[in-house]
Amino acid sequence: MSDTIHDVTAATPSAAESPVARTIAAANAGRAGAFVGYLPVGFPSLDASVDAAVALVENGVDVLELGLPYSDPVMDGPVIQAATLASLQGGFRLADAFTAVERIRSRVDAPVLLMTYWNPVLQYGVDRFADDLASAGGAGLITPDLTVDSGADWLATSDRTGLDRVFLAAPTSTDERLRLAVENSRGFVYTVSTMGITGARADLDAAARTLVARLREQGGESLAVGIGISTADQIAEILGYADGAIVGSALVKALADGGVAAVGRLAAELAEGTHR
Amino acid sequence: MTDISHSLREEAGPFFGEFGGRFMPESLVAALDELAEAYQLAKLDPAFHEELAALGRTYTGRPSILTEVPRFARHAGGARVILKREDLNHTGSHKINNVLGQALIARRIGKSRLIAETGAGQHGVATATAAALFGMECVVYMGEVDTERQALNVARMRLLGAEVIPVKSGTRTLKDALNEAFRDWVANVENTHYLLGTVAGPHPFPVMVRDFVKIIGEEARQQMLDLTGALPDAVTACVGGGSNAIGIFHAFLDDTSVGLYGYEAAGLGADTDKHAATITKGRPGVLHGSRSYMLQDADGQTLDSHSISAGLDYPGVGPEHAWLASIGRANYRPITDEQAMQAFRLLCGTEGIIPAIESAHALAGTIELGRELGPDATILVSLSGRGDKDVETAGRYFDVLDEQGNAKI
Repeated sequence: MSDTIHDVTAATPSAAESPVARTIAAANAGRAGAFVGYLPVGFPSLDASVDAAVALVENGVDVLELGLPYSDPVMDGPVIQAATLASLQGGFRLADAFTAVERIRSRVDAPVLLMTYWNPVLQYGVDRFADDLASAGGAGLITPDLTVDSGADWLATSDRTGLDRVFLAAPTSTDERLRLAVENSRGFVYTVSTMGITGARADLDAAARTLVARLREQGGESLAVGIGISTADQIAEILGYADGAIVGSALVKALADGGVAAVGRLAAELAEGTHR
Repeated sequence: MTDISHSLREEAGPFFGEFGGRFMPESLVAALDELAEAYQLAKLDPAFHEELAALGRTYTGRPSILTEVPRFARHAGGARVILKREDLNHTGSHKINNVLGQALIARRIGKSRLIAETGAGQHGVATATAAALFGMECVVYMGEVDTERQALNVARMRLLGAEVIPVKSGTRTLKDALNEAFRDWVANVENTHYLLGTVAGPHPFPVMVRDFVKIIGEEARQQMLDLTGALPDAVTACVGGGSNAIGIFHAFLDDTSVGLYGYEAAGLGADTDKHAATITKGRPGVLHGSRSYMLQDADGQTLDSHSISAGLDYPGVGPEHAWLASIGRANYRPITDEQAMQAFRLLCGTEGIIPAIESAHALAGTIELGRELGPDATILVSLSGRGDKDVETAGRYFDVLDEQGNAKI
């Protein structure tokens, strides 16, 4: 069969090397678990996106996931699409992502991951991208359209630079693929709660709980659940079985509607879910 | 360099040289694996081939005929020009070949809902047709810009029972229709097959779609031998994503005496920023799940493409074409809107055949190529679709319809 694109020799990096994994572990020691917050770079402006990210951390977000705006975001729903499109139309350039990471890191201590589709990284140069991200103080990458079996160059580069690499696990993934995601992710495994794209949902799928259990069987120690999460109750529920909860669209909507102050208030409200 | 001492027809993916692969969200990997496996099994099953061939004979109208066009050929340096008439297929283009193949696969894996992207509407119409034939639900994503310029095909799809969703995200054209179809597939993969309409996308689509359209070249190769006693000197086709081109090229890949020419849409000119000449002007990158040539800026953001032909208005191209270009087996050249429209009108007036504007790019390329190769050459042209859908666009272009689409008295 031709479904395995590259042979993958798993090199398991130690969790202790990863600031993201350490942060998530610490949140699980002191509280119910970690709160991972997403915002896109450059929305509503570069300055405001930096202020908003800082506001997230000041209001209880443990790990930042900064989205890199891309013209063809197939995993994103309407809220994030609109924000990233606005960022692109506002003149976002790749180098702005490193600027944003650097400025955020100079103001708060939370680790910052970039969430990026793969083509911008390829065009910038995988090694150059990783070096510039590391220089800016970034922790690593979340790659929604790059899986372990297609990511040989990123595996090599992230090992060279020590950057974190967060791969996704889906309810439809086979056990073999879950094992690949667990063995090759560093920081956490992005556990996709439901079959669908980003966006708030009233009811979270029972699939998330099942998937976390399946990832544990494969040795998963740092598992954060994302997609569809928008309330403190949902975060509390997820942290009952997972190590982190990821919120994106709800925060982006708050920022779009009410600015930096509003997104800070929502973060504080959601962070309550990590204390139950 | 790829070793071309072995058969070029054997490439089975996921990679064609350095192109192809699978760059897709993990959520879709299981569906892509299921599809790849179902396709492998179907390929080995004589009953599948018989069913597809029977549909070809009794529904599509295969084999499609060859038509020699001597009055047109006078404008092409006097070369002998022969059209492969995919425009005569049921639904009006080569798209039906791929659609029937994939619909049969979808049925084998128990999917009851077909989704598709469409640019000009030809692939959407073909998918809506197959859904009606097999009693499946059908949703077609079409860029809002395209629903306006191809209103007739929107009506055809709706009459066939499909839901047409105008895509308002991004640039509101074909590439955004693909994005929206992928998003739908991620959410509904359990009961839904994404019937991708060209030889692009993640593995196994480029290989599977090619295998369903390569009948065009297989028929044409034998028909040329029967008609002329020899292989053609050149084969020409238009290239958007590249399905009709790979369909007619594939049977000739190992015939080194046969030149292969793909014509990309150069819009207002390949040196302007209004074109869709992906191989001519693009560079390698990842778009819609595979690595190939694409139009992009320095940051890897996809650029807007432009063509008068909605079916060629796409900033990417199938990975097998990227590979054929990289090893020098096929040539890819730009044709402007104006060249295509003049060729469109020429075929109408000299031969009584109204081509799709997409196919008119191949005709315009053939005029150039015939002048290069001279009167001793024989050129086989993929006439991939008919122009009924384009009459309004052409009517305005040539000033025989007014802005409201009414006949000028």
